[in-house]
Amino acid sequence: MMSSNSANNLLDEALGFNDECGGGGGGLLLLIEDRVETSGAFILHHLIKRRLSSPNRPNDVVVFLSFAHPFSHYDRILRKMGCNLGVQKENKRFVYYDMLNLNYPDGEKGAEDLLLSVYGKIQKTVELCSSREGYKNSTIMIDDISLMEVALCGSSNLVLDFLHYCYSLATQFDCLVIILNHEDVYSTVDVPSPLLQMEYLANIVIKAEPLATGLATDVHGQLTVLNKGICQGSGCSKSKIRNFHFRVKENCVEYFYPGSRT
Amino acid sequence: MAAEAISRALRDGALEGEHAPALTIKDSIHAPLGAFVFDHILAQLSSNISSSKSQAQLRIVDCYTDPLGWKIQLAESGIVSNRSTQNATTASLCKNVRDLDMLFSSIVELGKEVIRETKGRFAVAIDSVSEILRHASISSAASLLSNLRSHDQVACLFWLFHSDLHEMKASSALEYISSMVACVEPISNTANGKGMNSENVPLIEQNLGRGKFSVRFKRRNGRIRLMSEELHTEQMGINFVPAFEGHVTSQSLVPKVQFNLQLSEKERNDRAKVVLPFEHQGDGKPIQIYDGRRSVSESKTENKETNAEKMHVNEDSGRGEIIYIRDSDDEMPDSDEDPDDDLISDSTIFFLTVGILELLTN
Repeated sequence: MMSSNSANNLLDEALGFNDECGGGGGGLLLLIEDRVETSGAFILHHLIKRRLSSPNRPNDVVVFLSFAHPFSHYDRILRKMGCNLGVQKENKRFVYYDMLNLNYPDGEKGAEDLLLSVYGKIQKTVELCSSREGYKNSTIMIDDISLMEVALCGSSNLVLDFLHYCYSLATQFDCLVIILNHEDVYSTVDVPSPLLQMEYLANIVIKAEPLATGLATDVHGQLTVLNKGICQGSGCSKSKIRNFHFRVKENCVEYFYPGSRT
Repeated sequence: MAAEAISRALRDGALEGEHAPALTIKDSIHAPLGAFVFDHILAQLSSNISSSKSQAQLRIVDCYTDPLGWKIQLAESGIVSNRSTQNATTASLCKNVRDLDMLFSSIVELGKEVIRETKGRFAVAIDSVSEILRHASISSAASLLSNLRSHDQVACLFWLFHSDLHEMKASSALEYISSMVACVEPISNTANGKGMNSENVPLIEQNLGRGKFSVRFKRRNGRIRLMSEELHTEQMGINFVPAFEGHVTSQSLVPKVQFNLQLSEKERNDRAKVVLPFEHQGDGKPIQIYDGRRSVSESKTENKETNAEKMHVNEDSGRGEIIYIRDSDDEMPDSDEDPDDDLISDSTIFFLTVGILELLTN
């Protein structure tokens, strides 16, 4: 059994990021899918902390687009995990965009212009960081995609366009794009859901689901991590799937294989 | 092999007076190996071009870097640098993927530039049509592909398509335009929709590395030719191997239980030797079993013996006896055996016999 505070827990092993300090994963898109019964927000918090807690990467940046909660919410949670988001924000390592209080124009054209503006700010931030000495990776996070779609008048196409551009930025500047989406929001959609488009786009898909046996006090759910592998000059690495259970505690999360918990 | 047949068809290009061969590569999220097939076909065609076996020259239109012109707009307004678009491929950059007429013109113009000296033809590869369908209607996309296919200077074209991202009519429209449809399907049937657990993880993982590869060729005379094989992903690409359908079928249909439901060869032989109840008459005489497929003479002999037995029975009418006549052999379930096979065999032999007589007379 491993907690999220240990150097390499099951989740980090499944993600396969090479850097021991929580970096790596450049040029990739990571999709977190959760449900009402099993929130995947803890994965987002874990990754924020991992990306900011590397002393060897002073110029790496986390660009965070929040449609779900105010800054204080994340600050409180990360403080319990030993990470001060306020300080990181002042140091320009945590760039927070409050998408909740933006004035969203009516119509798809107005929404596209707004997205273009937001994308421009992200690209400018990433370009600035990449020009600094010692730059390794940046991270773009979106919490969450379903609320982003609501804010854009239900246009899933605009959301996918935005993700496409973020992904192209990731491949150019060696960034990691992390997005959170809710699987059950699309469960009653008749036409092919935009979630499927994102699954095609993503290099890593993490699904947080309840146990097949239902609710339990000691086990809060299961994680399935699908890592599609990467293709480089020397060839392509094999796709891998890992499945393990988790339990969310006050300041950390425990990950363990079924039946291994004492 | 199916993959080789596809490469040959694309390499040979368009015949005089015919549209260019067009290939749809179709996959789904449960067998997401279409991109590997696309890359393989692209590599094969490039190799053929390099060795001058193909009439085509190959270029790619870049609709990935800036499909909606956002980066150009931001660069022109000074918000970001021009680096993003400068790093684009040397191919033609498409800045508005929604305008398929302009896209068609770009493709044709670029193709004409390339073949200006050689007066040959050019090939078109699209990765992927699913992305085009996000920005344009199916009729526009179908029109683009159809216009490309009928263009005089297009030798061949192929595209990647994720079938589960679109409605059935989109998939059907693209298949109608294609002369070849290559479909990648999962090698293992997982319990889709039943939730994840540690039992179906190995099956899902298997589907990420292996798949069933089925190809439908549409010939000019309207006939359809089907070929299928398996594909395996490897470190340096993919490999195609003949399909072992029985093996695959048995893997997918036999339920996973803790006891063995199948018979080994020895077990089948032993079962064939088992004497069934009521066939053993227990009177010391050899066991006589009626077999409806035996020859008439044998059956006559049997009838005589059976009559003799019946006479013997009548004589020994004081004892009870069970006469069991089995009406057919034990047939394996779902047998594909055609009961008229023996008739076909006879006609084949007849044909051969005629052939031998002709040889003799000559």
